[in-house]
Amino acid sequence: MMAARGVTKRIRAIRFALLSPDEIRRMSATKIITADTYDDDGFPIDMGLMDSHLGVIEPGLRCKTCGGKVDDCPGHFGHIDLAMPVIHVGYVKELKKLLQATCRRCGRLLLTKQQAEEFRDEMEQMEELGGEQDIQFVTKETAREATKRQRCPHCGEEQQKVTLDKPTTFRESGHKLTPKEVRERLERIPNEDLRVLGINPDVARPEWMILTALLVPPVTVRPSITLESGDRSEDDLTHKLVDVLRINQRLRENRDAGAPQLIVEDLWELLQYHVTTYFDNQTSGIPPARHRSGRPLKTLVQRLKGKEGRFRSNLSGKRVNFSARTVISPDPVLSINEVGVPVEAARELTVPIHVQSYNLDIVKEWVKRGTIPAAPVGEFYIPGVNYVIRSDGRRIRVTDKNAEAVAETVEIGYIVERQLVDGDIVLFNRQPSLHRMSMMAHEVRVMPHKTFRFNLAVCPPYNADFDGDEMNLHVLQSEEARAEARVLMRVQEHILSPRFGGPVIGGIHDHITGAFLLTYKDAKFTKEETAFILSKIGVRDLPGPAVKKGGQEYWTGKQLFSMILPKDLSLTFKSSIAPKGLTSLRELKDEDALVVIKNGDVSSGTIDENAVGAFKGKILDKIARDYGPDAAREFIDKATKLAIGAIMVRGFTTGIDDEDIPEEAKKQIAEVLRKAVADVEALVERYKRGELEQMPGRSLEETLEVEAMKTLGRARDQAGQIASKHLGMENSAVIMARSGARGSMLNLSQMAGSIGQQAVRGERLSRGYWNRTLPHFRKGDLGAEAKGFVRSSYKSGLYPTEYFFHAMGGREGLVDTAVRTSRSGYMQRRLINALEDLKVKEDGTVRNTGDTIIQFRFGEDGVDPSRSIQGKPVDVDDILQEVLGEEPSWQERLREQEMASYGLTEKDMNPEVSDEEVEVEEEEPGTEE
Amino acid sequence: MKFNVLQHRLVPEHRLLADDEAERVLKALRITKDQLPKIKKADPVIQVLERVHGPIAEGRIIKVTRISETAGISEAYRLVIGR
Repeated sequence: MMAARGVTKRIRAIRFALLSPDEIRRMSATKIITADTYDDDGFPIDMGLMDSHLGVIEPGLRCKTCGGKVDDCPGHFGHIDLAMPVIHVGYVKELKKLLQATCRRCGRLLLTKQQAEEFRDEMEQMEELGGEQDIQFVTKETAREATKRQRCPHCGEEQQKVTLDKPTTFRESGHKLTPKEVRERLERIPNEDLRVLGINPDVARPEWMILTALLVPPVTVRPSITLESGDRSEDDLTHKLVDVLRINQRLRENRDAGAPQLIVEDLWELLQYHVTTYFDNQTSGIPPARHRSGRPLKTLVQRLKGKEGRFRSNLSGKRVNFSARTVISPDPVLSINEVGVPVEAARELTVPIHVQSYNLDIVKEWVKRGTIPAAPVGEFYIPGVNYVIRSDGRRIRVTDKNAEAVAETVEIGYIVERQLVDGDIVLFNRQPSLHRMSMMAHEVRVMPHKTFRFNLAVCPPYNADFDGDEMNLHVLQSEEARAEARVLMRVQEHILSPRFGGPVIGGIHDHITGAFLLTYKDAKFTKEETAFILSKIGVRDLPGPAVKKGGQEYWTGKQLFSMILPKDLSLTFKSSIAPKGLTSLRELKDEDALVVIKNGDVSSGTIDENAVGAFKGKILDKIARDYGPDAAREFIDKATKLAIGAIMVRGFTTGIDDEDIPEEAKKQIAEVLRKAVADVEALVERYKRGELEQMPGRSLEETLEVEAMKTLGRARDQAGQIASKHLGMENSAVIMARSGARGSMLNLSQMAGSIGQQAVRGERLSRGYWNRTLPHFRKGDLGAEAKGFVRSSYKSGLYPTEYFFHAMGGREGLVDTAVRTSRSGYMQRRLINALEDLKVKEDGTVRNTGDTIIQFRFGEDGVDPSRSIQGKPVDVDDILQEVLGEEPSWQERLREQEMASYGLTEKDMNPEVSDEEVEVEEEEPGTEE
Repeated sequence: MKFNVLQHRLVPEHRLLADDEAERVLKALRITKDQLPKIKKADPVIQVLERVHGPIAEGRIIKVTRISETAGISEAYRLVIGR
């Protein structure tokens, strides 16, 4: 039951200890002496590795230790008595420290009594002031201090240098120390000295780090599998233990038979190797033990370590029920809060409903319908019930046959697992989950077909597109979880990002083009068109027409867009189509680039990316802040639908002919480029004659490169300008670039004008052949064409050498993204690990789980960025304007915005992709800049 | 000492709190000493402060006043620990 899920016991501390040989033998169910596993009849051999005292893995058999069957018996440990002691690889570092810090004769710590006392005091002080790690620092320091001493202060013995020959051999001044000798030394260390070194001798005597008995894990930990052929295949651990047993046996026989010292030592070393690889098969310095097939064995450490290990794969990352995963596709008519769930998934995913007096009758009705109820006319889906859970916890699967009967038995206290219905709240997630916005709560809409669907405005926070992306969905199973998700995780609550305080959900691509077409200059629409557009947002009554001309009635786009704005909204800002840099009011007005909204009415300006775009939308930002998430959700839903209506009325297409420019312009561009190449030629000439004036801080060669880059860059820009002179605002590609929907003017000028200089590491191309990039050029040619200047445009096509240079520059881009993603993914992982359990307490401090303070006030100012105005808790200007009704001049307003704007782009938003999920997007081909 | 780290422009102001002042700070924050962030005695800043105040015992509290991008001026406290 849910109520029983409270905290019953709290872990205050975890103490690590060593297993003593005594303890190993005590906990052992049986001693293992033979390397054989099963006899001819297939039964486990007694005192073999699969001894039935160690637990059962085959159904039907009983455990000889506890008598339990497969599921009852947890398995029991056994042990192997080692003929000679061996070193445990996991503890070599500790062993080295101990050997170096203690006397080789008397075993005492190599510190005077007084020194030891000081260190002990320091430890106690640390404990008092809190700081587990600092205690470790002290012990480390203690050991370091002790190692320094050459002569034992207690017995006066001269100390020798102990070194570790990796992985497991200790040497003293070159002489090998056998594990036996090491063990004898460790035994001599007195308990009091251990405490100073940070070891609690009650639970961890150092000599236990040298193994005399080896613990054998239960068979349940290393189950053997039976293949179809009837052959048994043993677990890697069992294989390794067989090796240990064989060598152990041979070592014992040889030793007892008085074999030569050399042979015994060899066998001893071999035993050490097997025991070492049994623990860790990736120990550096020794070859990994391999399976017959050549595959390295997966031993104890390999089971735990890394992404596929027990911790990251099985403990931190658990698989869950009530979840679904499928391909995603867009659906512009859904609200941003919704998610379309395919019927097949909805029938598998269930919500537990507690049967109470108020819902008993209706729940019985549900159960009666069975698992796949036939939908009545006019509907296509009604939910069924998959399981009924009785009050005693028994689960009954509902089938078409037993539905009626089960329905009769339903009573108060039962739980009925009902299939998803419209309006259920679920969590929706896309990996990599780098944000809190990567997992948001949506309301279900059960739909036909097989994909999850959601509104395009929600693509940016998930960083999703529809080229085959898949997403996950989780159904919440408790009332608390649902309530919490609805309040904290719903999409509309995440419109403003906590990272930069702007909107992350908003119009993209066609929404922006659509809004532009709707509102640019005096765009107007006929009655039919207006009715079509307004039908998208559910408006039934047409407003009065704004313009009457020639007996025709027209509605302006600005008028239509104003209909979805709050009635008291006032705002002034520059459109995305505004020319860059300082511009006069006149220029802005000419381009219709100054948006002025007064009391919910767009009196001038074009609505584009700066108004409704994700990351940049000013109107979005204002509405989300001042009118709350509900209003913001409604605005985004309506604005996107309106934009789509507008783009459908106008029609919109782009193609290669959008980059067509007149012959005259082509000639001009060719002339500009020719001149630039000639200029570079002249530069080279001057350089060769030594007339080039050296720039401060640069060599002559560098000066030439800089000048050449400058000249060619300018030429590319000029070519672009000539081209764009002939590409006006009626051009689809230009509309997209200027309004911020997709692409940039640079992309266009590269298509119509010239691609420009290719670069690797920010320099002109220079590598390839001896003193030249390609054999097409003369050695030492420093001219524009020989060093990667691409004169052609994408549209005209590239010459072979240009094509090759372009590929060189393009590859750098690809390599960069690949390197960047894996590196930043790892950095992200480490950051998350370091920060995951910090939280802001009620008093505004940021603390960790130990309740120690990390930050005295969250962000030093205690302000939540997603609720602040450009980093300030209150927007003074806005309040002044509201209260006094005074309007600051448009220039003042714009200046403020520019100062405070963070200049964010979509790329800033999603710069990191973890190493697991590297997805190469159509990145801009790497050119200069 | 080669130079005074406290005069470096990237090092914020550090001030040793008197015992009664430290008491008040802890009370205001409603915490015990061990919940404070730490600063090592070997820290160059403490070395400088020790030249002014004489030896600083472990357990003393340092007040750090920073110029903050978000808050203008922000105050933090650190507990002096050994080493």
